[in-house]
Amino acid sequence: MWSLDPIAFGAPWLLLGLIALPILWLLLRAVPPAPLRRRFPGVTLLLGLSDDESQTDRTPWWLLLLRMLAVAAVITGFAGPVLNPQDDQPGSGPLLVLVDGTWADARDWPRRLDRIEAALDNAASDGRPAALVQLTDLPAEGPVFQDAQAVAQGVAGLVPRPHDPDPAAIAAWAATLSGDFDTFWLSDGVSRDSRAVLLAALENRGSVRIFESPRPVFALKPPRYEDGAISIEALRAQTGPDTEIRVDAIGLDPAGVERRLASEGVIFEPDAKAATLDLSLPPELRNRITRFEVQGLSSAGAVALTDDALKRREVALLSGGNDREGLELLDPLHYLRQALTPSADLVDGTLSDVLLANPDVIILADVATLSELESQDLQTWVEAGGLLVRFAGPRLAASDVSRDAEDPLMPVRLRVGGRSIGGAMSWGEPKALAPFDADSPFFGLAIPDDVAVNAQVIAQPDPTLADRVIAGLADGTPLVTRKDTGQGRIVLFHVTANAEWSTLPLSGLFVQMLERLAVSTRPAMPDMEAMEGTSWMPEDVLDAFGVLQDAGALPGVDGARLAQMTPAADMPPGLYAGEDRRIAVNVLNADSTLSATAWPARIPVEGLDVVRETPLKGWLLGAALVLLMLDILAALALSGRLRGPRAGVTAAIVVLAMAGLPTPPQAQEAESPAPVPEEFAVAATSNVVLAYVQTGNPRVDEMSEAGLYGLSNILFQRTSIEPAMPMGIDPETDELAFFPFLYWPVTADQDLPSREAYAKLNRYLRSGGMILFDTRDADLARFGSSSPEGQRLQAIARGLDIPPLEPIPQDHVLTRTFYLLQDFPGRHASRDVWVEAAPADAQAAEGMPFRDLNDGVTPVVIGGNDWAAAWATDETGNPLVPIGRGMAGERQREIAMRFGVNLIMHVLTGNYKSDQVHVPALLDRLGQ
Amino acid sequence: MTERPLTLRSGAEALAAPLPPLLAEAEHLATTVIVGDHGRRRAGLGDTFWQYRPAQYHDERRHIDWRRSAKSDNQFVQDKEWQIAQSVQVWVDQSASMSYASRDDLPSKADRARVLALASAILLLRGGERVGLTGGLLPPKRGEAQAAQMAALLSEDHTDDFGAPVADGMLHHSRAVFVSDFLGDIDAVERALSEAADRDIRGALVQVLDPAEEAFPFDGRTIFESMTGAMRHETLKAADLRDRYLDRLARRKDRLAELARLSGWQFHTHHTGDSASAALLWLYSALERRS
Repeated sequence: MWSLDPIAFGAPWLLLGLIALPILWLLLRAVPPAPLRRRFPGVTLLLGLSDDESQTDRTPWWLLLLRMLAVAAVITGFAGPVLNPQDDQPGSGPLLVLVDGTWADARDWPRRLDRIEAALDNAASDGRPAALVQLTDLPAEGPVFQDAQAVAQGVAGLVPRPHDPDPAAIAAWAATLSGDFDTFWLSDGVSRDSRAVLLAALENRGSVRIFESPRPVFALKPPRYEDGAISIEALRAQTGPDTEIRVDAIGLDPAGVERRLASEGVIFEPDAKAATLDLSLPPELRNRITRFEVQGLSSAGAVALTDDALKRREVALLSGGNDREGLELLDPLHYLRQALTPSADLVDGTLSDVLLANPDVIILADVATLSELESQDLQTWVEAGGLLVRFAGPRLAASDVSRDAEDPLMPVRLRVGGRSIGGAMSWGEPKALAPFDADSPFFGLAIPDDVAVNAQVIAQPDPTLADRVIAGLADGTPLVTRKDTGQGRIVLFHVTANAEWSTLPLSGLFVQMLERLAVSTRPAMPDMEAMEGTSWMPEDVLDAFGVLQDAGALPGVDGARLAQMTPAADMPPGLYAGEDRRIAVNVLNADSTLSATAWPARIPVEGLDVVRETPLKGWLLGAALVLLMLDILAALALSGRLRGPRAGVTAAIVVLAMAGLPTPPQAQEAESPAPVPEEFAVAATSNVVLAYVQTGNPRVDEMSEAGLYGLSNILFQRTSIEPAMPMGIDPETDELAFFPFLYWPVTADQDLPSREAYAKLNRYLRSGGMILFDTRDADLARFGSSSPEGQRLQAIARGLDIPPLEPIPQDHVLTRTFYLLQDFPGRHASRDVWVEAAPADAQAAEGMPFRDLNDGVTPVVIGGNDWAAAWATDETGNPLVPIGRGMAGERQREIAMRFGVNLIMHVLTGNYKSDQVHVPALLDRLGQ
Repeated sequence: MTERPLTLRSGAEALAAPLPPLLAEAEHLATTVIVGDHGRRRAGLGDTFWQYRPAQYHDERRHIDWRRSAKSDNQFVQDKEWQIAQSVQVWVDQSASMSYASRDDLPSKADRARVLALASAILLLRGGERVGLTGGLLPPKRGEAQAAQMAALLSEDHTDDFGAPVADGMLHHSRAVFVSDFLGDIDAVERALSEAADRDIRGALVQVLDPAEEAFPFDGRTIFESMTGAMRHETLKAADLRDRYLDRLARRKDRLAELARLSGWQFHTHHTGDSASAALLWLYSALERRS
């Protein structure tokens, strides 16, 4: 090989061909381009014209140059040029390639692999046997030297480990070394005590060369929670000028997608090895953080996992009496809120909304019955690890929940009615609490003297009861019971969460009990003794590149080993879950330090950069090809073939030939976008729209449409409600929230709504919508029990969140929202129309004809009078269906219309008419 | 000698092959012009009624219109409109240079020239004129059969490079149409026109050119050949010739226009890239123009 400093040639003699270039120049220059023959009748006009320039019979100089360059490129290309030829001094004897393979190596691992390959390639071309050893994954005995090619094949499988090498293992391995060999050591740049021992052992065997990357090593210490802020310390191995790195806080967003929640810069002062970042985040964000990362650095050391120590619990509070207008202190949730606000994040909302947020704890205060759907969802949540805390109360005591059989969401069965002690009508005294048992989670809490229980619900005696009681009264009756369900727990306080039944919520004990139940906790790192004997299962582990991976089937770790907080092969860094908490093991622990390696001066240390041989032959030949293609174009242009009649064809052929590609395949047609329901939304919301549920039976649907059309017309004529055209909707697909009112004719063969549709319907009912169920069977069987439509209605309503019902009472607001009515006929004139039951304690005010039913709109009206048929008109307003006989029938139709008007008025104005009972009081206050 | 009838037959068929399309195309083109009446707007020999006038002494009795005369005491004679037929003679250049077409989607100049000539002949025949070919090939006659005969004669291709108008055997005071590219010898055109002017023949010169001949879109080293290859001109840089070529072409057109003006003819240049009906309209109005 003949070398010209950066470039060498494999066949330098071929370069003599370059001498021929001037000859070629002269030859090519003399030959003009071949003429083109054209038939052209206008030639008579050309006769006698001469060319102005006489030089164009020679090839133009630039075309010549082009061709010369092309030929020169071909000649040089075949001479085999190589950029950066490698002509190292070949060593002799075996070569040991040693890699640290730690987390600090991961930052430029591919380049290290390249360097190893380059070293092995050289060894192979020099015929030296080689061995490859990773310090974090030491072989049992000393290096086995093989053919370097064979060793090179194993390089791709080399993976760095997310921990430091084990000093003891290194010392043991160094002792096994024998024979003479040279060593090539790729160091990760982090100083360790074990290096000196190994270096001495290696130097005994032969020369040692060190390769070290100039890229700095950064690492994060585990985050700490101090004074309302998170404090993270970043370390660097090499001191130097001031540097800024960015630290990202990564976690799940509310949609469950992992993203960067915060990002802060950390500035290292000049010559400082550590810098601290104090991050003050809202608790909502702080709880979501799963790890901190140094931006742009893929190394396990640059990742700091967080565990429960940073988290605040999310607690959802729900109570039974939703819409009570009561005093603040009687609110069943008031004391819970007071107790939990300082130490937990509270979530409010309906149960289905709360479940979406997946809180740690859900507290149900005196909630008796849940809909089937809700209780299923709740059960799933509990089994997935949720903690459900329930409090008793009048509703629970009055309900049948967990009476005959144990409710899956209750820890024990309950006896009817509960008991009252120490009240005006009872004999006994209020009961105090018994001391907590040793196996109770409350063990050790001091019981204040003033905690007394007046009333409670009583657990049914049961073989399992004794195990489930975690707190009892002085007379032995259970006060708090608990059972495990799946991975979760259900706890029942047999008293109310407010001070109605006991003084427990008023005491400090209440807060402590909640803390013990892990409703509100801020765990600190347990000490070594507490960890002794426990077993911790890895949930997620870090690889050396700082990527979290599922731990899979990794074995559990003993608590004592975990408490050392030193990751190694048997305990990779990651998240470890114990019985009730998770602990993060990070690459660095709180006491770690980082410093750069310091090699003795006699050891050569080289940077990682290595220039590899680059053969230039292909490039040069490619360039020659491009030049020749350009020459084709130029020659065509010169001879006029790029113009004239067939120029387009010629050019196309040339371009295609140069591109060397067929025409690209046709792009697939863009998918037609799914229809956007925007029009639907606009149509439904630009005006009041009455809607009906499509049953799938065309006759019924037509009648519903005609009925709502007739009712809309009547409303338009008689009231200030001006509805638009009615719409038919499908609860499976359409959005219900746009409609104040749904008419739902029930047919015997109707499909049951799907789970999603039920969720949608329940949301609709809770948010103030009204559904008028119409079995259209005149309620012949009374209470809709045994007609096919009635049975279907029961099936449909089972999944709906329907409150207790009663037949419309005389003083219901529906009887007077617009017209004064006492009958609600449709095509049939049955009296049984059911609405939400009035609260039991509703009282008629003095001198008032109506009870003070100050509640919202009834979510459902159920009847069988086939109202749509009575309302139905065609477009000219003529009724479609005959009602009754003669004038009496017309009267019935009129009353049906009036019922429709009242109904829509009720939907739109709520209990406005009910408030009329206050008019005398208002007038009185106004002084009239 | 068995081949002879066969070759004759096949030759005849090959010759006749373009006839129906040519005729059809010409007919089609001719329908785009609506023929007006060819009356002279004065009394004379003819078929159509012109006016009633009182009978004079020189009128024969049999000429008296009894129906009109019976309405009054005077005698009336019915005058007819004067209708005469003109003779139009057509010469179409059939030389090799006319078979040039620069692009596949353009008709050759010969095709366009034949169609134009035949279409105008059909129009004239419909108008009652007599149409024929110059050079004694086809004396002017009336009737549809004349068109078919003309088509047959026009379909022949000549082998000479450039054609020259034939002014022999043209009738005095008649009209004539010369269709050619006029790229050949200009003197022959001048001679033919002066001969025609001597006989008081007026007419129209239609120059049919290909767009390439008008634009000269050539470049590079080129040998230009006439259609038979008899003439050639070699250039090293065709683009340099463009201006001078266009200059010569313009001068040729000016010369033709001047010749036409001197002899009372009309001159028009038509390109095969343009619509044929525009040229037909021009040709028809040129022939209609009274001198």
